[in-house]
Amino acid sequence: MSTFLGMPAHAPRGVGNLRGDEPFPAAARTALANQQLRRNLQHATTTIRGKSGRVIAEVPDWQELRSAGSALKTYTMANLPRLLEQLEEKVTAAGGVVHWAADAEEANRIVTGLIRETGEQRVIKIKSMATQEIGLNEALEAAGIEPVETDLAELIVQLGHDKPSHILVPAIHRNRAEIREIFLREMPGVDPDLTDNPPELAAAARRYLRETFLSTKVAVSGANFGIAETGTLAVVESEGNGRMCLTLPDTLITVMGIEKVVPAWQDLEVFLQLLPRASTGERMNPYTSMWTGVTPGDGPQNFHLVLLDNGRTAVLADEVGRSALHCIRCSACLNVCPVYERTGGHAYGSVYPGPIGAVLSPQLTGVEDNASLPYASSLCGACFDACPVKIDIPSILVHLRNQAPHPRTEKAAMAAAAYTMDRPRLYQRAQRAFKLAKLVGRRGKGLPPPLNGWAASRDLPAPPEESFRDWWRGR
Amino acid sequence: MSSRDLVLGRIREALSAPDTQPSSVPDTRASSAPGLSRSAAVDIPRDYRRGPAPVDLDLLVERLVDYKAVVHRGSDISVIAREIIGDGTLVVPPGLPPEWMPAEQTRVDHGLSAAEIAAADGVLTAAAVAIAETGTIVLDASPDQGRRILSLLPDLHICVLRPEQVVASVPEAVARLDPARPLTWISGPSATSDIELNRVEGVHGPRNLHVILQEAA
Amino acid sequence: MRIALFATCLADTMFPAAAKATVQLLERLGHEVVFPLEQTCCGQMHVNTGYQSQALPLVRRYVRTFEPCDVVVAPSGSCVGSIRHQHAMVARQAGDEGLATAAEAVAGRTYELSELLIDVLGVEDVGAYYPHRVTYHPTCHSLRVLRVGDRPLRLLRNVRGLDLVELPAAEQCCGFGGTFAVKNADTSSAMLADKMRHVLETGADVCTAGDASCLMHIGGGLSRSRAGVRTVHLAEILASTAVAA
Repeated sequence: MSTFLGMPAHAPRGVGNLRGDEPFPAAARTALANQQLRRNLQHATTTIRGKSGRVIAEVPDWQELRSAGSALKTYTMANLPRLLEQLEEKVTAAGGVVHWAADAEEANRIVTGLIRETGEQRVIKIKSMATQEIGLNEALEAAGIEPVETDLAELIVQLGHDKPSHILVPAIHRNRAEIREIFLREMPGVDPDLTDNPPELAAAARRYLRETFLSTKVAVSGANFGIAETGTLAVVESEGNGRMCLTLPDTLITVMGIEKVVPAWQDLEVFLQLLPRASTGERMNPYTSMWTGVTPGDGPQNFHLVLLDNGRTAVLADEVGRSALHCIRCSACLNVCPVYERTGGHAYGSVYPGPIGAVLSPQLTGVEDNASLPYASSLCGACFDACPVKIDIPSILVHLRNQAPHPRTEKAAMAAAAYTMDRPRLYQRAQRAFKLAKLVGRRGKGLPPPLNGWAASRDLPAPPEESFRDWWRGR
Repeated sequence: MSSRDLVLGRIREALSAPDTQPSSVPDTRASSAPGLSRSAAVDIPRDYRRGPAPVDLDLLVERLVDYKAVVHRGSDISVIAREIIGDGTLVVPPGLPPEWMPAEQTRVDHGLSAAEIAAADGVLTAAAVAIAETGTIVLDASPDQGRRILSLLPDLHICVLRPEQVVASVPEAVARLDPARPLTWISGPSATSDIELNRVEGVHGPRNLHVILQEAA
Repeated sequence: MRIALFATCLADTMFPAAAKATVQLLERLGHEVVFPLEQTCCGQMHVNTGYQSQALPLVRRYVRTFEPCDVVVAPSGSCVGSIRHQHAMVARQAGDEGLATAAEAVAGRTYELSELLIDVLGVEDVGAYYPHRVTYHPTCHSLRVLRVGDRPLRLLRNVRGLDLVELPAAEQCCGFGGTFAVKNADTSSAMLADKMRHVLETGADVCTAGDASCLMHIGGGLSRSRAGVRTVHLAEILASTAVAA
C-alpha cells in the first residue's frame, strides 16, 4: 500500500483549473469568431514580440544564458528531493513554517486553515499561477474568506467575472475600452469620468486598492524562485502590489510548486536576466522582492511556505515530458505562438495556455483529461526558439500525441497508410488509384470528417496525370 | 504517511529511471552551497558574462532614465533632496547619514506607523547595489535604507547611490548581496504592462523615482 | 556526383513536378541522379500524429533503402527534418539501437535541396531563368528545424529574370502542420488567411517554398479565393531555363 501511495500522481479532478469544458478545436472555433479578441491579441502579442526582441538583442550572451538556465533546471529536477529538503531546512531555520501539499485539495485546506487561525476574513493576493491552478480563490470564498486580487490584470479579470487568458497578462484579451467599462461597472467608488487612458486606469486601481493594502492582515503569494541553499523566496513583479502584499500584512502564505526550487543563490544571476527580457520585454522588471523566513521588525512576522505537488511528480516521471517543469512562466512561447495569437488563452481550458500549457496541462492531469491539447499546435517550432530555458516544446507535443487516446477512424486510416507505405507495390497501386480523387473535385464535395475541415477553406490539389515514379520508370 | 513523505516518495519514484540516477561525473558547479557536490551531476555551462567588467556610470544613467527615473548628479545630497521635495515632508531611515537630510521637514523612522509613512510626501534612502546594464537599484534594508515599508508607501522615492556601489551586470550584483537580508530590486518607478502590453508608469509603488548619483565634492 | 533522390511520398504522388525538377536541375549541373524504387515515406505523418510505433517500419525502410547511398537529397525541409530529428528517436523508443545508429548515419548524409546545392555542391547560381515576380515563404521546418537560413534566398537571387519580393511576417507558420490542418481546421484556416494576405500584399504572381506540403496548403487557399497567385516549388524555379521558359 505504501508503495502505491508513493507513486507519482496526477492532479485530482473536481478541483482547480487545469481542465477545460470542451476540446480545443471547439473552444478555438468560438474564440476565432470573436473579431475584437483577435484584434486585441494580435496587437498585444505583436507589441511584446517587438519589445522582447529588442532587449534580447542587447545582450551578447543570451544563448549562453539560455544554456545555463536549461542546465540548471535539468540539475534541479535530478536533485529535487535533496533540494526541497534543503529549502525546508533553511526556511524553517529562518523562522518560516513549511507545509507539503500532495494536491490542490490539500493545499487549499492548508491555506484556508492558516487564514482561519488568524481570524481574518479577507486576504490580499499577488498574482500566482499555482493558486489559480488549485482554485484557491474558489476554496476561500466557499470558506467565507474574501480573496482580493491586487495585480492589475488579475483585478480586471476578477472584477469582470472573467477567466485569465495569459500567464503573465491574464487580461490580455481585454483592450483599454473594455477595461474602462469593467471598472465603471464593478469598481466601488470609481470616478464616473474615468477615461480609457492607461495611466488613468492604473491610477484608478491604485486608489481602489490603497486602503485594502493598509488594512489587510494576511497575504497569499506564489513564488518565482525558492533558493534551496539559503531558503530565500523571490517574487518578480511590476506594479508594487507584490511589495505591498509581501511587506504590510502580519502573515504571509506562499504557495510554490515543487519545481520552482533553485539550487543556489548564485543561480539567480541567470534567471533574473532571462525572465524579464523574455517575459515583459524589459531589461529588468520594476520590482523584485526577496525574503528569507522572517525578519524581525520588517515585514510579515508569520511566514508559511506551502510546497505543492498536484501532478508535478507525474510530469517528473516522464523522462521526455519532464522538461515542461523547467518553465519559468515567462510566456514568451505564448507571445510567439501563431495558434495562441489567434485563439487566445481561454480555448486551452487550463490556467496554463499556449504552447507550454499544451505540454504541461495534459501531463499534470493525465493526457486523457486534456487529450486535444497536444494537437493544438502546428509544430512550427517558434516556441522552442523563444523559450529562455530551451524547453523543446514541439518534441514534447509529439511525445504526448503518442500517449493520447486516438479516434477509431483515424487509427484505422493510419494503420492502413503505414501498411501501404511499407509495401512499395501496393503503394504504387494506391498512387494510381489516387487519380480517382478527381471525382470529389477540388472543393472536396462529400468528403467525410475530418477531411471536410480542409475543404471548407482550401481547394484540394488536382491529382497529377502520373506519379513521379511512373514518370521515372518511363524515362 | 505524512504529505511530506508522500511527496518526497513520489519524487524519488519519478526519478528512479536509470538515466536520472546520480552519476559519478564530477560536479563542476561553482557554488557556496554545502552538499551540492554529492548530488546528481549536471554540468552547468557558465559561459555567460560574469564580470567583473568596467562600470559605465553614463550607461546606468541612460538606463534609469529610459525607465522613467529622474537622475541627479552632485555632491551635496541634502541640497538636491531639498530641491526635489520642495515644501513636502520626508521620511528617512534611522541610519541615513545626517548630512544628507534636508533639515526641518524630515522625520526619522524610529517606529513610524504605516499611516505616518504613507502620509509623507517622499522617502530618502541609500542603496546597497546598483546595476548599470539594467538600470536597477537594490535595497537590502540596512540602517541607511530602512524597513521595506519605508521606501514603499510614499509616492516619491529619492535614492542616493555612491559610485562604488554600482556594478556592470546582474551576476556582479548577485555576488555582492546577502540573501539573508530582505532585498528589493527596483528598476524605475512602479509600472504595469497589463493594459495592451504597453508599459505604463505608476500603479501601487512609488510613482516617482529620483536617483542621486553622488559625486566627489 | 551520384545523388540519390528521396522524392517524399507527397511529391511522388501529388506533386511530381517538384521531384522531376530536382532531377532535371541536378542533371543539368552535371550530376547523376538515382531513384531507389523501394522508397516510400519518411513516416513523419505517423510520428507527428501520435503513431510512433507505426512509423518504425517506415524508418527502417528509409534507412535500408538509402544506406548504400553517399548523398541523399529531398525537395522538402519537413521530411529531411523528420529524418534528422525523429528517425533515431523512433528507433530508440522501439529499443532498436542498431537501427538508431544506422538512422543517424543516413540522416547525416541526407540533405534538403538548398542545403545540397550550397553546402555540398558549392553552387549558388544554378543558371536558372524565371521571369516572374516571386515571393518566398520559409517553411517552419526548413527555418527552425534544419536552419537553412537564407540559402533558398541566395539561390533565388541568382535566378535570371526573377523579381524577388520580401514576404511580410515571413517566419509565421502558414497553418499547415500536417494533420493539424484537419484536426484544427478553423485555427489552421485563420493562420492561412493571414499568410495569404501577406502573399497578396507583395504583388507577386508566384509564391515559392521548399516544401510541397506547405505549398499545397497555401495553394489550396489561394485557389479557393481565386487570388491569381500560383504556388511553385523552389526546385521548379531553379530547374527553369530560358529554353524551358
